[in-house]
Amino acid sequence: MADYMSKIFGASPVKPMQEHMNRATESVARLVEFIDAVVEDDWVKASELQQTISSVEGAADDQKKSLRLNLPNSLFMPVARQDLIELLRTQDGIANRAKDVAGLMTGRKMKLPPPLHAGFVGYVRRCHDAAIQAQATVNELDELFETGFGGAEAKRVRAMIDEIGRIEADTDTLQKDLRAELFAIEKELYAVDVMFLYQIIDWIGDIADESERVGSRLHLLLAN
Amino acid sequence: MELMYVYIALAAVFGLYMAWGIGANDVANAMAPAVGSGAITIKQAIIIAAIFEFAGAVLAGGGVTSTIRGGIIDSTLLVDTPELLIFGMLASLLAAGTWLLIASHRGWPVSTTHSIVGAVIGFGAVGLGMEAVHWDMVGNIAASWVISPLLAGIFSWALFVSVQKLVLETEDPLAAARRWVPAYIFLTGFFIALVTMLKGLKHVGLELSTLESYGYAAVVGLVIAFFGHLMIKRIKFVAEENADFQFATVEKIFGVLMLITACAMAFAHGSNDVANAIGPVAAVVNIAQSGSVVQSSIVSPWLLMLGGVGIVLGLSMYGHKVIATVGTRITNLTPSRGFAAGLAAAGTIVLASGTGLPISTTHTLVGAVLGVGLARGITAINLQVVSRIFMSWAVTLPAGAFLSVVFFFGLRAALG
Repeated sequence: MADYMSKIFGASPVKPMQEHMNRATESVARLVEFIDAVVEDDWVKASELQQTISSVEGAADDQKKSLRLNLPNSLFMPVARQDLIELLRTQDGIANRAKDVAGLMTGRKMKLPPPLHAGFVGYVRRCHDAAIQAQATVNELDELFETGFGGAEAKRVRAMIDEIGRIEADTDTLQKDLRAELFAIEKELYAVDVMFLYQIIDWIGDIADESERVGSRLHLLLAN
Repeated sequence: MELMYVYIALAAVFGLYMAWGIGANDVANAMAPAVGSGAITIKQAIIIAAIFEFAGAVLAGGGVTSTIRGGIIDSTLLVDTPELLIFGMLASLLAAGTWLLIASHRGWPVSTTHSIVGAVIGFGAVGLGMEAVHWDMVGNIAASWVISPLLAGIFSWALFVSVQKLVLETEDPLAAARRWVPAYIFLTGFFIALVTMLKGLKHVGLELSTLESYGYAAVVGLVIAFFGHLMIKRIKFVAEENADFQFATVEKIFGVLMLITACAMAFAHGSNDVANAIGPVAAVVNIAQSGSVVQSSIVSPWLLMLGGVGIVLGLSMYGHKVIATVGTRITNLTPSRGFAAGLAAAGTIVLASGTGLPISTTHTLVGAVLGVGLARGITAINLQVVSRIFMSWAVTLPAGAFLSVVFFFGLRAALG
């Protein structure tokens, strides 16, 4: 019967959540390298990186599934189970988008028009910054659980979430500029390529959007 | 009454066995939060448990022993047939022991307290007749089983909320912990000492006035707090420990508090659970020595010591295994939580022991853990397991009662 005392405690979801976010951010880091390789027209390296991104995303996916299974309804937690699952899904969205971008660009062997190189490289880095900031915020989850989601720690996390928002606003500006640059030269390019370029710009932006959404989800955890 | 020495010997053996079982199995629950939170090692846990379980049983165990011995069964009906009470108490010990053995084997979470109380009620109601049971007392006991986890939950909730407000949520939790943890240590020492002195020390020949009790309890609290303060001063801030988790040093400071709480918990457990095993023995010995069912005399200290020895034996033989299994699995209970749950449970149990009510240590501790959970203090609690623990007493009562009825008629046929 003494055993039951320890069984009262369900497995803490904090560490797996953080590991999952680490994987998601890792896939974005590889995407930055991938875009660099594409800019340098190094398709051997690019397809290697695409493989890496794909396997990191797969690992994140597996982790998401096992974490979901380990959050049964009978668990009594300081945060709503649904909120945690939504946070997890949002984190997963980051890895998914990184995989989509690398997959599509590799599949179509998409070359980036030289005038867009600088813009693309800066844009994807800023989106990566958003993911890094979101990762840092998720890394505060153990401190949040420790303090019971209140006080100075909650204040610190709110400030971190605001910072994600600022980075995301940056990426919006960069996205607008990049679109304008593409618009200026699009008549010289093959139409279908242009269409997909717009799509890639959108998807990379999604990484920052999802990162910001990770922040909003954490905000929700703080709220109730 | 020529078989009296046989009865006493039997009772002592059965009682020792029960205490042994409690030491081997149940103590792990009392020590689990401290070991699980990493505040103390298993070896330290065994030593602490041995000292404080013994002290709790001897110093504060008298009230509960008296209740089990004479509070549940109306022995005035048995003036002419004292053997019946002896058979009943022996049967109760056997029944509770057997049931605990079965349950431990199957891994069911049953309570020692519930087994023994169920057994005593069982032989009383069936063996002697419904009117032989003090149903008002049984009602009180049943109510205490509901109230004690509730009370512990409220205590632990309040304690943990105060920890959040005073320490964890501040701008500098480390400085706040250094300031406030000695105060919590004082509270622990003061409260446990106070309740013990107010309620439990008469049978060891120490009679204190209320004012004296408050005074001595404050002294005890201050002395413990001073030693705690010295230990806290030795804890240094190590940057790399806090790199990943910023509260690592804060939790280390709470670890000192956890150590004190573990002592309190062991003391509380000794005061309530050992007494459960010793109560029936006390009844048998009392009748055998006096030849009658008169119950005015106090429980003799050597009986409580017998219980204490039994618990220490069980603990040293098997306890380390159980504590190892339980302790290493609880990782969610950091010292700041473990202390709140442990102190709330220990306080509730000692309080109940003082009023003589036999309550379940496990249930009280589970109630306290839930209280911390309600204050958003624990990452995940498995409610399924919790409900199974609480369900178990609904099964244990009739099981203990049934077994003791069987043993009662068996013993009466064999010896009577």
